[in-house]
Amino acid sequence: MFNILRKSLSTGVVTTSYPETPPEVSARARGKPEIDWANWKDARPAAKICPTGAISCEDKNDRRSASLDLGKCIFCGLCADVDKSIRMTHVCECAVRSRSALVKEADYSLKPDGTHDRLVSPLTMDASTGSGQLADIPRPSAASLETLAQKVQERAKRVLGRSLHIREVDAGSCNGCEVEIVGLNSPVYDLERFGIHFVASPRHADMLLVTGPVTRNMELALRKTYDATPEPRLVVAVGACGCSGGIFGVNYATRGGVDSVIPVDVYIPGCPPNPYALLHGILLAVGRLETKRR
Amino acid sequence: MNILTDLAPILEDIQHRFSARLVAVCVTQLNEVYFDAKMDLVPGFCAHLYRRWHGRLVSVFADDARAEQGVFHLYYVFALDAAHGFFVLRVPVAPERPEFTSLTNAIHAVDWQEREIQDLFGLKLIGHPNPRRCALHDDWPEVYPLRKDFDLRATLPPFEGERHNLREVEGEGVFQVPVGPVHAGIIEPGHFLFSVAGEPVLYLQLRMFYVHKGTEKLFENMPIPHCVRLAESISGDSGFAHATAFCHAVERVCGAEVPSRGRALRTICLELERLYNHIADVGAICTDVAFVTANMHAMRLKERVLRVNEQLTGNRLLRGMSCLGGVRFDFEAEQVKALQGLLAELKPEFESLVEIIRDSSGTRDRLETAGVLKPEIARSLGVVGVAGRASGFDQDLRRDFPQDFYDQVQCVVPVFTEGDVQRRMVVRREEIFQSIRIIQQVLEKLPPGPISVKVEEVPPGRSALGYVEGWRGEIFHWIRTAPGNRLARCKVKDPSLQNWPAITEAILGNIIPDFPVVNKSFNLSYSGTDR
Repeated sequence: MFNILRKSLSTGVVTTSYPETPPEVSARARGKPEIDWANWKDARPAAKICPTGAISCEDKNDRRSASLDLGKCIFCGLCADVDKSIRMTHVCECAVRSRSALVKEADYSLKPDGTHDRLVSPLTMDASTGSGQLADIPRPSAASLETLAQKVQERAKRVLGRSLHIREVDAGSCNGCEVEIVGLNSPVYDLERFGIHFVASPRHADMLLVTGPVTRNMELALRKTYDATPEPRLVVAVGACGCSGGIFGVNYATRGGVDSVIPVDVYIPGCPPNPYALLHGILLAVGRLETKRR
Repeated sequence: MNILTDLAPILEDIQHRFSARLVAVCVTQLNEVYFDAKMDLVPGFCAHLYRRWHGRLVSVFADDARAEQGVFHLYYVFALDAAHGFFVLRVPVAPERPEFTSLTNAIHAVDWQEREIQDLFGLKLIGHPNPRRCALHDDWPEVYPLRKDFDLRATLPPFEGERHNLREVEGEGVFQVPVGPVHAGIIEPGHFLFSVAGEPVLYLQLRMFYVHKGTEKLFENMPIPHCVRLAESISGDSGFAHATAFCHAVERVCGAEVPSRGRALRTICLELERLYNHIADVGAICTDVAFVTANMHAMRLKERVLRVNEQLTGNRLLRGMSCLGGVRFDFEAEQVKALQGLLAELKPEFESLVEIIRDSSGTRDRLETAGVLKPEIARSLGVVGVAGRASGFDQDLRRDFPQDFYDQVQCVVPVFTEGDVQRRMVVRREEIFQSIRIIQQVLEKLPPGPISVKVEEVPPGRSALGYVEGWRGEIFHWIRTAPGNRLARCKVKDPSLQNWPAITEAILGNIIPDFPVVNKSFNLSYSGTDR
């Protein structure tokens, strides 16, 4: 007993002060990739080497539309190895509220050799900014849905903002995301300091934290878990596979991202997202990110 | 092709004994020999290798070679631990008579693997004691996903009808407790059906493959370099080990020689993966018997390792580090210093954690004699890795089949015979100290030079095994290459597939409240099993 106390006391406090302070990541850490859209010369090498199709391009009538889908990206950095216009940043806080906010697209006119001549649309693309300034592709049909979603969000925030119970559901993940989610309970990230904790049943939960890709064999279990969760409820899709199906995509055994089965409120990209990215996504979902950074 | 000196007498004996019945013999690597024969040779070949040479069947799988050779092939991979080599027996199955003879009655270790072949290839098992579905759930339509004429992107109808054909256990006072697939903790999905009389468990049935993702089929539909990233996602917590096993297989096919610095860095990363997982498991075992303080320290130490992983490789789970022909990122002075700092800190920290666990008599009381897996049962189920070593099986690929840098470091294999939860924890404890020592030895000998060699076009029509002792146990990848830098087949064998049936034995007579800790002491990968 004395030894236990002594060890705890000598260890001291190890908890991070995130989100008041920024994530502590190392110099080599690979966060989301960033493309210098305005000066991008050729999308093809990066599209070819990308294992998940996060970077893709399609040629049509002397135009090339190239896109980067953070929801598919596994942050491996292979694209940056072959393309000087792509840079791996340290940014891990990439969670967003809509799937389309993870996709950036640009059209280029082409030179005879197939490289990009110039950026055609959107006319300005600022490489350095985050999701806010890069134009999300508007989906008019989804607009009304989004206002509805926002209303639900507002209500959920009011009801769930202070104390939140999370049920984690592995709907097909490789367990990499689970390694990091378990870490949220460690004294270093200590989710409970926010009044947030993991519960054993969806009946006790306000939020489902779902990892994917949703397999055919887990589809029904995920639906049932969702139905068992009382309203208002939030769903957070975790990882490249949870956002989009990731490297597995859609095949005979998988349905793809979590939103192919149940509605999703927040998407957390990464493979796997590190604990900061997870915290960022969870706090975003309950509207608790307004806290000013020290 | 040359052959290992230890393996030569066994090959000679086999050739002598089965001479007329062997269609062809081919030595493809120093320690890998292929035999072609007819199906009727399988039981005799197998029995002889088991009895005379202490061989063991480590992987049984099928391959659809109808396009090339007009037949399905069955492969039986034997490990000859003492001779440090692998014998692979290949037999054809005619598409007109899609069936094969089961070995399960003699070798229980191949039970699930044989049923998986039946499910995924539609080859009917003859003489299997329990030929129910295994890899596909009972509601799946009649499809055979790993046949070449099945399309990866085929859309199957959603679930309906009977999912599992489980056995009923009846009798006075017997009741059944279904658990899962969504569990109470942050773990992967699977379904357990306990049959209980009073408190003790009478019978446990497992239903896995909830996270079957078509991974082996996906391998056949990707360029080989992309497959390295897919291998990292077979089982996330063993990402580096799986990717390395895959790379080994491709490198053997190409005859690529990984530079010694690349091999050294691979070895370090494999040990870092072992470290963070073993530390987490020691902590989690303590949590499952309500000693949460120990787990808090363990989680803190695990986090320390994960951060160093990020400093070294850019990713906390070592993802993106492996590549064909070596590794992607070199360790400069700064990284080496970070690693040395970790080792210097980890050793005393973990020692003091071990001390507080040892001093906790309540913990010890729960762990000793809980979930006993007897050595003879472990042996017959072919249990490998941590669980195998806790049940008397003195085996470790790092020692018996050294690759990468393992031939240049000392590696002592901890073995116990009690087979309880406590011993499975102690094996981990000892291996953590081992890993620290191994990394130190590698750092002392860290050779200069390049970290990788270019592996570009992979020659088609060749086969090779890749293997790695992951932290759970032995991982095998077997590949057959196709034209255009692609694979015709990639068979993945995670140790979890081998070890799951052992849990149904270890839990017998224990009470359900002890199941979490017994399960955790094995800590098997669902994703690695289901793929």
